[in-house]
Amino acid sequence: MNDVFDTLLLARWQFGLTTLYHFLFVPLTIGMGLLVAILQTAWVRTGKLQYLKLTKLFGKIFLINFAMGVVTGIVQEFQFGMNWSNYSRFVGDIFGAPLAMEGLIAFFLEATFVGLWIFGWDRLSPRVHLLTIWLTSLSTILSAYFILAANAWMQNPAGYRINPNTQRAELTDILAVVTNPVALGQFPHTIVAAIMFAATVMIATAAWHFARGQHPAEMRVALRFGLWANLVGFIGTVVSGDLLAKVMTTAQPMKMAAAEAMYNTASGADASFSIFTLGTPDGVSELFSIRIPYLTAWLATGNFNGTVEGINDLQDAYSDMYCGPDAANALLTCPTDNSFVPIIWVTYWAFRWMIGLGALAALVSVIGLWVTRKNRSVAPWMWRVAVWSAPLPMFASLVGWIFTEMGRQPWLVFGLMTTQTGVSPIPGLWVALSLILFTAVYGALAVVEFKLITRAAKAGPPELELTTDGSVDASTLTTVY
Amino acid sequence: MDTLQFVWFLIVGALLIGYFVLDGFDFGVGMALPFVGRDDVDRRVIINTIGPVWDLNETWLIVAGACLFASFPEWYATMFSGFYLALLLILLALILRGVSFEYRHQGTHERWTAWFDTFIVFGSALPALLWGVAFGNLIQGIPMAQPETGGWAYTGNFFDLLTVYPLLAGMTTLALFFSYGLTYLALKSTGDVRERSRALGIKIGLVTLVLAAAFIVWTVLANMGAQALWLVLVFGALAAVSLILSLLSTVRGRDGFAFVWHLVTVIAAVGFIYFTLFPNLIVNSTVGGENLTIFNGSSSEATLTLMTWVAVFMIPLVLAYQAWTFWVFRKRVGREHIPGHAVSLSRTKAA
Repeated sequence: MNDVFDTLLLARWQFGLTTLYHFLFVPLTIGMGLLVAILQTAWVRTGKLQYLKLTKLFGKIFLINFAMGVVTGIVQEFQFGMNWSNYSRFVGDIFGAPLAMEGLIAFFLEATFVGLWIFGWDRLSPRVHLLTIWLTSLSTILSAYFILAANAWMQNPAGYRINPNTQRAELTDILAVVTNPVALGQFPHTIVAAIMFAATVMIATAAWHFARGQHPAEMRVALRFGLWANLVGFIGTVVSGDLLAKVMTTAQPMKMAAAEAMYNTASGADASFSIFTLGTPDGVSELFSIRIPYLTAWLATGNFNGTVEGINDLQDAYSDMYCGPDAANALLTCPTDNSFVPIIWVTYWAFRWMIGLGALAALVSVIGLWVTRKNRSVAPWMWRVAVWSAPLPMFASLVGWIFTEMGRQPWLVFGLMTTQTGVSPIPGLWVALSLILFTAVYGALAVVEFKLITRAAKAGPPELELTTDGSVDASTLTTVY
Repeated sequence: MDTLQFVWFLIVGALLIGYFVLDGFDFGVGMALPFVGRDDVDRRVIINTIGPVWDLNETWLIVAGACLFASFPEWYATMFSGFYLALLLILLALILRGVSFEYRHQGTHERWTAWFDTFIVFGSALPALLWGVAFGNLIQGIPMAQPETGGWAYTGNFFDLLTVYPLLAGMTTLALFFSYGLTYLALKSTGDVRERSRALGIKIGLVTLVLAAAFIVWTVLANMGAQALWLVLVFGALAAVSLILSLLSTVRGRDGFAFVWHLVTVIAAVGFIYFTLFPNLIVNSTVGGENLTIFNGSSSEATLTLMTWVAVFMIPLVLAYQAWTFWVFRKRVGREHIPGHAVSLSRTKAA
């Protein structure tokens, strides 16, 4: 049976699928939490009812998402032990620490205060209640930091030593782990991308109602707010992405080369950015491409005349370093096929789709802000475009992670452990079974989630009225399961 | 270093207690759904007693799991890969249960609601049973190989985990969490739901008492050589006494005492299992095999020291703000809190 089901392959598919699925909910939670906190602050400070209505509307979307983020998050954590037990043994010392810190410092806070926020409208004073959404939002962001620090350690190990007796990685410097340059780059990049995702959901909701002439007063606020947040988010992704690319060139030059499908080391004009490339089927050389000279050199090094190492040179260097006679622990670091090259078409296209989809979302904002200036009327087809822009940042985030993680291959921990050595010594049948069950359950839940979110968005803001003293009867705001 | 390892044995134990004390009553409340709720309004009352806190409670599992990973990576790696299918079932159960609270009233048909109610019941009962089975196996021992590259690897299959003793442990935790949830429900609800919770609580409580007695006696007799035998006996006795006191309180209509005594039972149960294990984390049933213990399965000193500081600062803070949350939502839930039930039972959402 074990010949039929390849534990490694199935475990990798399972990790990819469950992680991408988890990441459908996480960015919307992070982004929407922040946007809702801002809306509620506007309500508390101005007393304008439209802000409260929008807080309730987008708060509901936030809530639907949040529960899915929690339950799929448990799978993420358990999976390291279930499918990747050798990896967990090897890195528990370092990788476990940020996960545990995330739980103790951020996740507890998040899960507690989100409950207080949802169910506490009629039990807390407006200011304390406002504080609960801010604490929820800030802790989702803090959560992301710890998780990204753990991930950054896999991309660029820091603050560790290898124990010569056990061959396990051990922590030497937690500060180096949490200030890993990859984490410092990934963190803002992930957060601003999450804001874009939430912002386009807001834009789409507003556009859908505008197209039907519903709730114009509230929806105009939501539309402009979403358009601006999306644009600011995009500028943030460009700035942080640029920073991240330079860190990556130093820490994982192979990933940079794979992002560009750059087979040979090049500098200056030759280190060009290709918009389109066809390679030979064996992936060793290219047949045709459309290129912008200097751009890759500049992206990777910040210098138009910089040098970017090519895939073939890196492969030779790594082969010596990690498989050769001087390799410290070839058992862990040398892939069985002696190849250190990620799947080039995946990294190359994922990198381009990430940038392209993100830029497209930003374009929606630029045009949207222009055509809706000063209450101008908008052609109906434009509303449809705005509605369909909602998934753009989501797909950009997903392919961004596909790029980051596939570009790390064949490493599980760069330079220390290959993916194939990290898998659990368990029957492939078990993994096959869990892969099938997770796919089925996740698929069904995705359909329900999508329906619930679109239904909540289409239902629009609740009917609320101000009382004579300018407040709102809190009992009309309560949520009940 | 020995001290740190022992401290972390206790901290992970405390987090597990946190998880079972909190999510434990969620399990019981979920299982009670079809027995205590006669109509949809009742069932919504039942769900709303844990509405604001269930995801907070489940968070303790994630935190306990992460801390277990950070402090005893060998335990985490061996247990999670070894108990693979059991954990898979627990994960699926927790996922379905969690989303069902939110989904059940989103549909337009009664069939829809009924499906998600079924998920809530099984999604609560399955983990309540399987956690007991898992801990029973840790005590009884599982076959493990020790590869040359280090560590341990489970060598049995799924059905090797389902022997009599672990199943008894599972039945005990199933009954324990069921009756625990009923004391919570009696404390947090009004009217018929409260009355029915009490009545059923006494019946299930008696079943729990019988199962727990059998489990405690078997465990003690089979582990007379336990290093911390006196603690095992103390926790075993405490579990039995507090369970009886909880039952008596229910009979006398003292909901608060019944719940608190039952909470003590859950704490004592974890302590009982935990110190039966000590200093082992997983007993190796392979002949000549080495047990996985707190001394050979832990992280390095640097990690344990760092995490001790984090835990010492954070856990009291967490307890404080979570206690405040329970205080904010201290009121009982009744049928009058369910909006619109007089108008329509099947569809309460404004579309």
